[in-house]
Amino acid sequence: MSEEAPRQRDRSERIERWARVILPATIGTLTLVAWDLVVRINQIPHFILPGPLLVAQSLWNDWGTLLPALLVTLRITFSALAVAVIGGVGLAILFAQSKWVEISFFPYAVVLQVTPIIAIAPLILIYVDNTHVALLICAWIVAFFPILSNTTLGLNSADHNLVNLFQLYGASRWQMLRYLRIPAAMPYFLGGLRIAGGLSLIGSVVAEFAAGTAGQGSGLAFRILEAGYRLNIPRMFAALVLISVTGILIFMFFTLLSHLALRRWHESAVKREN
Amino acid sequence: MRPTRRSLVRLSNIDKRFGNGVLALQGLNLEIGEHEFLSLLGPSGCGKSTALRLIAELGEPTSGSIDWMGRDERSSVHEIGFVFQEPTLMPWANVFDNVYLPLRLKHISRSKAEPDVESSLAMVGLTGFEKSYPRELSGGMKMRVSIARALVTRPRILLMDEPFAALDEITRLKLNNDLMDLWHRQSWTVVFVTHSVYESVYLSSRIAVMTTRPGRVMAEHRVNMPYPRTEDYRTSGLYNDYCRNVSRSLARAMGEEEA
Repeated sequence: MSEEAPRQRDRSERIERWARVILPATIGTLTLVAWDLVVRINQIPHFILPGPLLVAQSLWNDWGTLLPALLVTLRITFSALAVAVIGGVGLAILFAQSKWVEISFFPYAVVLQVTPIIAIAPLILIYVDNTHVALLICAWIVAFFPILSNTTLGLNSADHNLVNLFQLYGASRWQMLRYLRIPAAMPYFLGGLRIAGGLSLIGSVVAEFAAGTAGQGSGLAFRILEAGYRLNIPRMFAALVLISVTGILIFMFFTLLSHLALRRWHESAVKREN
Repeated sequence: MRPTRRSLVRLSNIDKRFGNGVLALQGLNLEIGEHEFLSLLGPSGCGKSTALRLIAELGEPTSGSIDWMGRDERSSVHEIGFVFQEPTLMPWANVFDNVYLPLRLKHISRSKAEPDVESSLAMVGLTGFEKSYPRELSGGMKMRVSIARALVTRPRILLMDEPFAALDEITRLKLNNDLMDLWHRQSWTVVFVTHSVYESVYLSSRIAVMTTRPGRVMAEHRVNMPYPRTEDYRTSGLYNDYCRNVSRSLARAMGEEEA
């Protein structure tokens, strides 16, 4: 009995590990098959709902148009994210230095966050001449708040006794920040980064929609608009798939980054055996 | 028994009132002699920890004075080692970096600090665990790291705030013995906050019994037993006599406020 139990647990763990891959994959495959069948049986025209095979085909055929557009969107996404990290962390550190600064500015950060980006985007596009910069600003507005709020929370949640210990040894403000507050804030910051990565993609796509710019330097959102005007629905789907896959990859990348940074010490990343 | 040579710190007429109006200490007088092992004994919430934190200059007394003998006040801070009730380690740093912290804050380079960190770890029996992270250690080992960190600056006075209260009995006894040996071999002063009569009688050369809040020292007991103390002492009649006396005084200290 006592030897059976761990073996049984091993088995159920192995089953669960496989199930985590197989179950979603099965659901996905079944959905694609059902989609295909619905299109075939009802003879739905391509310009209303293309089948999954046609979408894949169009992804392959239009790769020459879609790839440059993807690169444009990615560039805006990552530059916005970079600015959001610098701005969010910088502001959070400033907030952590003085309660008064935090009290004065935090409400405005919230205002920026709760106002829908799609509502501000047209204004930003009017005031900022350079479309690329305007898109960057839009994506940044969406991405920076989770980083700011999470990092602020993290910087303020260092263990009180550790703060006392640092005071006891006469630590300077800078030492307190570098050796205590910043490491303590890391899990919070990385959590914010994971959210902000996805949001900056959403921000840049939304802003592209609002801008509706055509030509060489246009991103995936414009390709969707353009394909819509031309009733090229398979290409719309193909662009959509690219955006989703990009979003998933960004999320996975930051999840991995967070795991690697925290695996030695933080509860969220530590593997437990019990 | 080591004779108490001279006084190291003197707390005179200390009052401490917190921002929320709670009066934690009132008229506390305490003299801490060089090289003694002094226990502050009292019921929970009597202000023992508050008194300890005042000695460490983590906060100012509302009135009264704390005088350090034989040196100017600022330098005294760096001669203090503090051990909290919880291990209070940085979870993101390994054992070496946790112990290195006080020296790092004093801008001492890692290579220069290494011998001190190593000898400190050796004192608490943790040689070889430099690369381990706190979460990989048991409760007792974490406490040892915390003690090693307090020792790394070679403080003249070690302040300990119920350091073993959260540990199991077996680990606590082991750490009690190790701490006593260390204290006996080195020439420190230890101020040890506890709510255990037995622990204080086992460890201390002197016990200061505090009243319930607002706390002050009501009685003092000398424990005139030579070191090193062993299991024989813990099971002796003399030990029991000391415990009985100290318990009585503690009961009086607590009853006084109720009456």
